Amino acid sequence: MSWLLVVEQLLNGLQLGVMLFLVAAGLTLVFGIMNLVNLAHGSLYMVGAYFAVAFRAWTGSFAAAVVLALLATLVVGMLVEVIALRTLYERDHLDQVLATFGLILFFNEAVAIVWGRAALFASVPPALGGFVELVPGLRYPVYRAVIILVGLAVALLLYVVVSHTRLGMLIRAGASNRTMVAALGVNIRALYTVVFGFGAALAGLGGLMAGPIYTVQPGMGEELLIEVLVVIVIGGIGSIRGALVGAIVVGMVDTLGRAYLKPTLATVISPTAADSAGPALASMLVYILMAAVLYFRPQGLFPAVRGR
Amino acid sequence: MTDRRRALVTLGALAALAAVPLVAGVVNQPFYLDLFRRIMIFAIAAVSLDIILGYGGMVSLGHAAYLGIGAYAVAIPALHGIHSAWVQWPLAMALSGLAALVIGAISLRTSGVYFIMITLAFAQMLYYIGISIEPWGGDDGMRLAGRSRLGGPLDLGDPHVFYYVVLALLAVLLLVGERVVAARFGTVIRAVKSNEPRLRAIGVAPFRYKLAAFVLAGAVCGLAGALLANQTEYLTPSYMHWTRSGDIIVMVILGGMGTLVGPVLGAAAFLLLENVLSAWTVHWQVILGPLLVLVVLFARGGLWSLLPGGDGRG
Repeated sequence: MSWLLVVEQLLNGLQLGVMLFLVAAGLTLVFGIMNLVNLAHGSLYMVGAYFAVAFRAWTGSFAAAVVLALLATLVVGMLVEVIALRTLYERDHLDQVLATFGLILFFNEAVAIVWGRAALFASVPPALGGFVELVPGLRYPVYRAVIILVGLAVALLLYVVVSHTRLGMLIRAGASNRTMVAALGVNIRALYTVVFGFGAALAGLGGLMAGPIYTVQPGMGEELLIEVLVVIVIGGIGSIRGALVGAIVVGMVDTLGRAYLKPTLATVISPTAADSAGPALASMLVYILMAAVLYFRPQGLFPAVRGR
Repeated sequence: MTDRRRALVTLGALAALAAVPLVAGVVNQPFYLDLFRRIMIFAIAAVSLDIILGYGGMVSLGHAAYLGIGAYAVAIPALHGIHSAWVQWPLAMALSGLAALVIGAISLRTSGVYFIMITLAFAQMLYYIGISIEPWGGDDGMRLAGRSRLGGPLDLGDPHVFYYVVLALLAVLLLVGERVVAARFGTVIRAVKSNEPRLRAIGVAPFRYKLAAFVLAGAVCGLAGALLANQTEYLTPSYMHWTRSGDIIVMVILGGMGTLVGPVLGAAAFLLLENVLSAWTVHWQVILGPLLVLVVLFARGGLWSLLPGGDGRG
């Protein structure tokens, strides 16, 4: 294996990582501030992907579809918060798991009713097609490179918003002591709705960018959701920094595991055994990582400091 | 009072289940036999989860893993010509109990939402192992080489015999479960749920009790998995899929957690609802989903508290 291929795999790992981060950021914020376990966050990712496909067919423009899909996912997120989730903040995690499990069933089926059960085709926009030569000999798809850039830009933007704006200050304050923030006259309910809506839009952004790479179909949200849960648990629930680190780590481990575990195993055990053990081990790798992290750091790598 | 009410509901439920084959015979709908056998198998799984979820407050989102292990413990020996239920079923319980021991030993170090996530992760791990082992059916699964053999007149190929075997196992489970939760062990498990620091303060180390309950629940669920493989005569890793774990939790909550017999009612309600809705529309989940949200929001106590003598708060 040449080092160029290794670099390409590393970039693919980074690309998966930022994708996971987009979804994980909203989830971890919602958990950190509202203390809500939202299993249906993956559904918002799916909804974003479907909206992008639908709006693109309707307007014919990728840029317009991105904007419209983001707005639509934002609205869907806020509606879900107001209708179903608002009442759950004070409930225990079990209730939240159950109710959001119900939402998953609803969203998957609703999407199947509107767009059908078959996978939809979402093509890479022509302007972002082709390859870019990063270093001599390494041609990387432009679209994936753009995803990496967008993801890193969003991470930076989130950092600025959370630590240097008034909204971010309220978010941090709400996370550490919501009663006190409410007592100071902040409309905490509206704040929650806004935060949830933006979390949803971030997941939608992940989904609409994922469309042309992965398949757009009902249930696409859960496959990603489980990995995202691994990400935020590794990073420490409620911490955006943890989500970023966790996402990159999981993206790398997953991508490199799938690429190199089988050939590496084949040098140790027989190739046929490696053929069946390799993929199994590769798909388990992130879960093993998570179990190991939790064994040594039961609160994740960057435990968020919480008050009641 | 609650104990008496529970005994009555338990007896009533078992009597109703015992009467199902007769009714199915009269109305000539053998399909009901199949449906209610399935209900009882999932009831066993749900009751086992209730021990740790309802009594111990341990929200395991990976309980279906044991269902899968139990199914594999039937299908793989059968593949190699070992059909005796006396080998397969204890093996199913031992293996899933062992898995629960390992999973529990690591997961119980965490609590709250981390516990939910790590149990989910372990189940997913097992699911991916199941998917990738081609000789054991891989992703597609495989047909069961033959149903378990109990010997004597107990032929599981006979739908009635199979039905009453499952019913007997469910009845034994409810009886033993009743004794377990009433014993010192059960008291400690309940105390873990209500106030673990205080339990520690009075000199009880809760970890061993929690782990024991976790293993017990896993082993019982393994038995349900062994029965499920016999029921469907098919082995598939999807028994371990995390949505299946979600289904089992829903059954417990729907029936009323921490009541043992509640999850039996919950399993019946869930699978009957699924049956009715899916006959009506292929998109039945679009109805079930919001229904679930409503139950969580407005009917916390489940069916158990809606029955006569309940607090009625739902």
